[in-house]
Amino acid sequence: MNEIAFQAKQINLKEKVFKKTLTLSAITVVVILLAIFFTLLINSMPSIKALGGKFFYDKTWDPVADEYGALPFLVGTLLTSFLALIISTPFSIAVAIFLGEYYKKGVVAEIFKNVIDLLAGIPSVIYGFWGLFVLVPIVRTIELKLNLPPYGVGIFTSSVILAIMILPFSVSLSRQVISMVPSHLKEAAYSLGATRFEVITKIIIPYTKSGLFAGLLLALGRALGETMAVTMLIGNTHQIPTGIFSPGNTMASVIANEFSEATGKIYTSSLIEMGLFLFVVVTIINILGKQVIKRFTL
Amino acid sequence: MQIEKQIAHRNKKNKIFKGVIIAGTVISTLPLLLILFYIFRQGITAINWQFFTNLPKPVGETGGGVSNAIVGSILILLVSCVIAIPVGIIIGIYLSEVAKSRLAYYCRLAVDVLQGIPSIVIGIIIYEWIVRPMGGFSAFSGSVALALMMLPSIIKSTEETLKLLPESLKEASLALGVPYYKTILKIIVPSGLSGIMTGVILSIARVIGETAPLLFTAFGNPFMSTDIFRPMSSLPLIIFNYATSPYSDWHQLAWGASMLLILMILILNIITKIVQRKWKVQF
Repeated sequence: MNEIAFQAKQINLKEKVFKKTLTLSAITVVVILLAIFFTLLINSMPSIKALGGKFFYDKTWDPVADEYGALPFLVGTLLTSFLALIISTPFSIAVAIFLGEYYKKGVVAEIFKNVIDLLAGIPSVIYGFWGLFVLVPIVRTIELKLNLPPYGVGIFTSSVILAIMILPFSVSLSRQVISMVPSHLKEAAYSLGATRFEVITKIIIPYTKSGLFAGLLLALGRALGETMAVTMLIGNTHQIPTGIFSPGNTMASVIANEFSEATGKIYTSSLIEMGLFLFVVVTIINILGKQVIKRFTL
Repeated sequence: MQIEKQIAHRNKKNKIFKGVIIAGTVISTLPLLLILFYIFRQGITAINWQFFTNLPKPVGETGGGVSNAIVGSILILLVSCVIAIPVGIIIGIYLSEVAKSRLAYYCRLAVDVLQGIPSIVIGIIIYEWIVRPMGGFSAFSGSVALALMMLPSIIKSTEETLKLLPESLKEASLALGVPYYKTILKIIVPSGLSGIMTGVILSIARVIGETAPLLFTAFGNPFMSTDIFRPMSSLPLIIFNYATSPYSDWHQLAWGASMLLILMILILNIITKIVQRKWKVQF
């Protein structure tokens, strides 16, 4: 009798420990996230205090002279990301329509789906390496034809690589929303004599436009924080880019290049402030995107 | 006559559009083929026995290898698996079991945000949390950074797999008087193992090539090192360092390392496909 009571007690104890562990681990994730935010915030305090808003509109970045203006990198980040988005959007929508409407099932669909998935699986550093040896010479010849200084590296080269890298992210979402369009809507249009082209442009795209937009947002979030490939291809200069072929720098690549060598409190802290900025912007974009998807699926 | 012309026009438009879509899709897949082709063409000449057994040699000497990076990559990944897999599965269990609490809502939001954090920011964070307090770069800090990046996909795949399991499975176990924790650990988790494994393998495939979070954590090391509290080399780091160097010997090593990395990722992806097909969760 005593034995059983003892066993029951032990099981109860284990039960409690198990449930507590579950709850605790869930709390841990939230705590980790908050800790990430506050670590960034606290460590960028020295630079926020010393530089204030000047950080974002001062255009000289000269650690030797103790001047930290992040404007060139802000411009570089926005320029590469949006250019990449512009390049990749027509293709991502084409692939999404291909996989979501024309070839939903079958061997062709499987092959293309796997290829796009693999595109997402290739490491950033390999994209950069490939870009350095294949894309840069191509861009250089284009620049020579256009009578521009033949850097090869620069905003344009980075944007092309970024466009390839973010394609799978917008495709995966857009494909899902396109295949979710209710078939009675499409059938109604077909029964009125619409061609497939008309069904796609007049029914599917208007119906899915918020979902497609969310796909673009998520891809933009990826592009903003992408580091290695861009670091290898952008040229790493500290000037504001003058055109899409000129070299530049992005926030992520400045951090990658200079963080481990940064000496001095303000220098390190201003790099962390850029990290904070990236974190906040990317987080807002991701939450917005998720919100749009949630409304779409409801 | 007028109408027929119009219909022919619309049909033509329809066909052209389909052509454009197919062309766009084919063009989108070209980069992958080009990248794979180029890397395999360059990498195949770099890979030989010495590539796996030797350490990198100074410029000019032939016969260098990347054994230290291969060992480093494997060690760093092992440690991050040890950290991320248990934690990820436990959190996944929580989210599938307590689906509707307020904590679950915030936890899910946090996981989503965590997944989107740029990898370079993870590098900064781990530098501040581990490298600075411990007084130097270490493979361990790199593992923690990678573990942090693995967590979201392990959590999500665990949650989604376990949610697919029927309630009756759990109820049957509880009705037999099996305690809750045993029901979860001995019935629910094993039933969803294939889905969980898929998530784990995919998360490994995702972080195996991550470079940015290792730049200021594992840092890299030209020598063989198995001490996880010292700087350690890894394949992505060696690719980055050698690719940006001006020497063609080192480029050659980097191509070999890239090919090795891509092969690993391909194999991991194939394994997940097999796991998914063989042990499909079905009731």
